[in-house]
Amino acid sequence: MPALSPTAAGPLAPAEVQQPVDETTLDPDRPWVVLVWNDPINLMSYVTFVLQKLFGYPKAKAERLMMQVHTEGRAVVANGPRETCELHVFRLHEHGLWATMQQDD
Amino acid sequence: MGLFSRRRVERTAGGRYRVHLPETERSVLVDLVGQLREVLVVTTDDPIVRRLFPTAYNADSERDREYQQLVRDELLERRLAALATVEETLEQEELSEGELSGWLTALNDLRLVLGTRLDVSEDLVEVDLDDPDAPIHAVYEYLGFLLGEVVDALEEGLPPPSEPGL
Repeated sequence: MPALSPTAAGPLAPAEVQQPVDETTLDPDRPWVVLVWNDPINLMSYVTFVLQKLFGYPKAKAERLMMQVHTEGRAVVANGPRETCELHVFRLHEHGLWATMQQDD
Repeated sequence: MGLFSRRRVERTAGGRYRVHLPETERSVLVDLVGQLREVLVVTTDDPIVRRLFPTAYNADSERDREYQQLVRDELLERRLAALATVEETLEQEELSEGELSGWLTALNDLRLVLGTRLDVSEDLVEVDLDDPDAPIHAVYEYLGFLLGEVVDALEEGLPPPSEPGL
């Protein structure tokens, strides 16, 4: 998956560096978070398994995050630089989870 | 539920996975896998297919467009590869972890597509046998059962956690 390598300055590198932007809205240091959203189809056991597999979380933590998604509608499952988060989102999408990313408030 | 009483997937001592699928279930799977491939290859902008290519940036359509352009082909390729794995290994009694992971992806994709088509909710609904969608509901339930078996077996083979718990 070379195009999605978090280290490569490939197509996923922030495009904003090439153009003037409003600095108040673009703070590169503000961390990104990856959210998983509740959906009525994915099995609870499946979501728990995927969180263990992708993030190396112990089962108890994966279950807690899955239950948070289930009861609160969403949960932050990872955070970090934009490129890393985009890779996480891709892997979650590959596994059919409803994942999005945004800069932390 | 005698039909579902036997384990369909078991992890062996050697770290492989033994699959016990009656012939009827194999033929249902091969049929579904073929149908999903056709839908994926032919359809581009249908709500059912869109569920397999979700939005990454909710509040930033420009970035999301870039993301979709970047990953769509790769996501599609991986989904098609998983379908091919199921077809190629359907008659095998034992699967490697990689092969069973292909089954995991394919079974979940099938559930996502059928669940979207049926517009399922989290509430348990009794399906009327006269409902024209009743056979699809039955297939959806079966896929959930089989996926649960695959998840349980693969979970036994996960490496120890790499991230400390909270």
